[in-house]
Amino acid sequence: MELLSNLGLGFETVLTASNLLYCLVGVFLGTAIGVLPGLGPIATIAMLLPATFTLPPISALIMLSGIYYGSQYGGSTTAILVNLPGESSSVVTALDGYQMARKGEAGKALATAAIGSFVAGTIATFLIAIFAPPLTELALKFGPAEYFSLMVLGLVASVVLAHGSLLRALGMIVLGLLLGMVGTDVNSGIPRYTFGIPEFMDGIDFVVVAMGMFGIGEVIHNLENEESRSVMVRQVKGLMPTKEDLKQIAAPILRGSFLGSALGILPGGGAMLSSFVSYSLEKKVSKNGANFGKGAIEGVAGPESANNAGAQTSFIPMLTLGIPSNSVMALMIGALIIQGIQPGPAVMTEQPALFWGIIVSMWIGNLMLVILNLPLIGIWVRMIMVPYHFLYPMILVFCSIGVFTLNNNEFDVYLMALFGLFGYVCAKLEAEPAPLLLAFVLGPMIEEYLRRALLLSRSDPMVFVERPISATMLAVAIVALTVVLLPAARKKREEAFVE
Amino acid sequence: MPSFSKNSHDFWTGIMFIAFGTGGILFGRDYAMQQDGGLGPGFLPSILAALLVLIGLAAFIRSFVVEGPPMGKFALKPVSIVLASILVFGFLMRSAGFAIALVVLVVMGALASTRFRWVPTLMLAAGCTAFCVAVFVYALGLPLPVFGSWFDF
Repeated sequence: MELLSNLGLGFETVLTASNLLYCLVGVFLGTAIGVLPGLGPIATIAMLLPATFTLPPISALIMLSGIYYGSQYGGSTTAILVNLPGESSSVVTALDGYQMARKGEAGKALATAAIGSFVAGTIATFLIAIFAPPLTELALKFGPAEYFSLMVLGLVASVVLAHGSLLRALGMIVLGLLLGMVGTDVNSGIPRYTFGIPEFMDGIDFVVVAMGMFGIGEVIHNLENEESRSVMVRQVKGLMPTKEDLKQIAAPILRGSFLGSALGILPGGGAMLSSFVSYSLEKKVSKNGANFGKGAIEGVAGPESANNAGAQTSFIPMLTLGIPSNSVMALMIGALIIQGIQPGPAVMTEQPALFWGIIVSMWIGNLMLVILNLPLIGIWVRMIMVPYHFLYPMILVFCSIGVFTLNNNEFDVYLMALFGLFGYVCAKLEAEPAPLLLAFVLGPMIEEYLRRALLLSRSDPMVFVERPISATMLAVAIVALTVVLLPAARKKREEAFVE
Repeated sequence: MPSFSKNSHDFWTGIMFIAFGTGGILFGRDYAMQQDGGLGPGFLPSILAALLVLIGLAAFIRSFVVEGPPMGKFALKPVSIVLASILVFGFLMRSAGFAIALVVLVVMGALASTRFRWVPTLMLAAGCTAFCVAVFVYALGLPLPVFGSWFDF
């Protein structure tokens, strides 16, 4: 069995004392920072990224994925206990989770989220292990034209899925692509938009953009109206779900896992899309659909499983194609590149230990989440209760140290402040920063593949529509964009987000 | 907020996009469109910049047609204090060193809050600095100067 030997290799890589420790530290730190209200996975990963610089690549990646799952679970904890979702994917969890907490069932909601995440994580890990090799085979057949079209599709998908105004999201994508052009052009060696500043020659570091917009910008936004948070529950009791509870959540968890796994692979997909779709599915399928929004346990079980499954399978496009499908994966790609690994189909064949190690570490990370988080819930509750005016100076500290250590250069710190201002302005204008970050990372890749495709076709732009896979992806992108621009569909999309 | 526009979000986003797009076109006008029979360094930037101007114009025009919710006030105090504290941190990093820069960052940054109080903030600054020096400099071994060039004798 190739599958088993592959997974065996993965276990061999991960099951060393030091890697397990990094995984544990990652999950712990990720949860600790993820539970802090207003800090989503992007900010958490960006802030903790410097801590992984000195590690070997595999350990760094293991720790980062631990941080990712931890921050996601932390976000759900906060959503349940204080109704303050730190990220868009736990918005859904807050709907019913918080209502459960108000009824005194916080423990049950947290346990459901943990069990759901673990089951989903296990299923998603197996699906990745099964589908990653054939997908990599397929990826090896991809030419520059296919890569270009796939990235265009991913960007379009992120516009379609963005909250708020489509037009503004579209503009943020284009602006992100344009910001990605800053730096020396690889083909001609000509510096673009560098304004004679030497630090711009290598382009703007994505960590600076991410920390500025998602860390600093968010801090300023939160300081705008400081309000005291009241934690629903100081003592979380009744963590163990009863047999009836388990019966009730089994089906939603399984549905959520498979739905999330499928949606996570899609370009632009991932945790957020998965949890939204799962919630509306459960609402339709469930016998007590009327109970949704009033503390239905299925409304926590389904989306929580889906978002974890989606978070995991969104690693697939990154690991097999080297293309990030959402902004969290954009950060992961950046982390890989810092470690000297160029993500793409070659990783699996050339560095199988790394590849399978990451996949197995996902499962280990999920296992640790269950073991760690329920007993430590008291610590997380205390973390949530730290008043914001003590919390945010520390966020400033970690962001500032983080960007400084990138190149040991204060210029990055100044630039982060600038992006912080920009992030705050965008938040005020309700123009979403997540698509911009994704476009920023994809920008140089898109340009490179566009050029290569046109060079191979001798400047014939028809190459993008003559090749079937590329043509299909572009067609889907165009259809998706036109559909959401139609007034009828637009209304529905708005309703879906309101829900 | 101009009262003639019905949707200040669209209005200002439009202006922002137009500004970035125009800048992109102006500063990118010397980059070659074609090179060695392929796309030059100017091709994609000019297309993107032009597209950004168009999207900006669309948002700008829409702000006079479609009504939107009002926009909150720009929080000038937290913006300026937080940004200033980061800039000062960057400036002090090499000259005064990591330890002092951190204390200044925490205290200055904390001033942005309406709940600022001296004693707890100073305690936070001390604790945070000790923690960061221990973790980043000693545990992780990052090459950060604990004391900067001002202390070189």
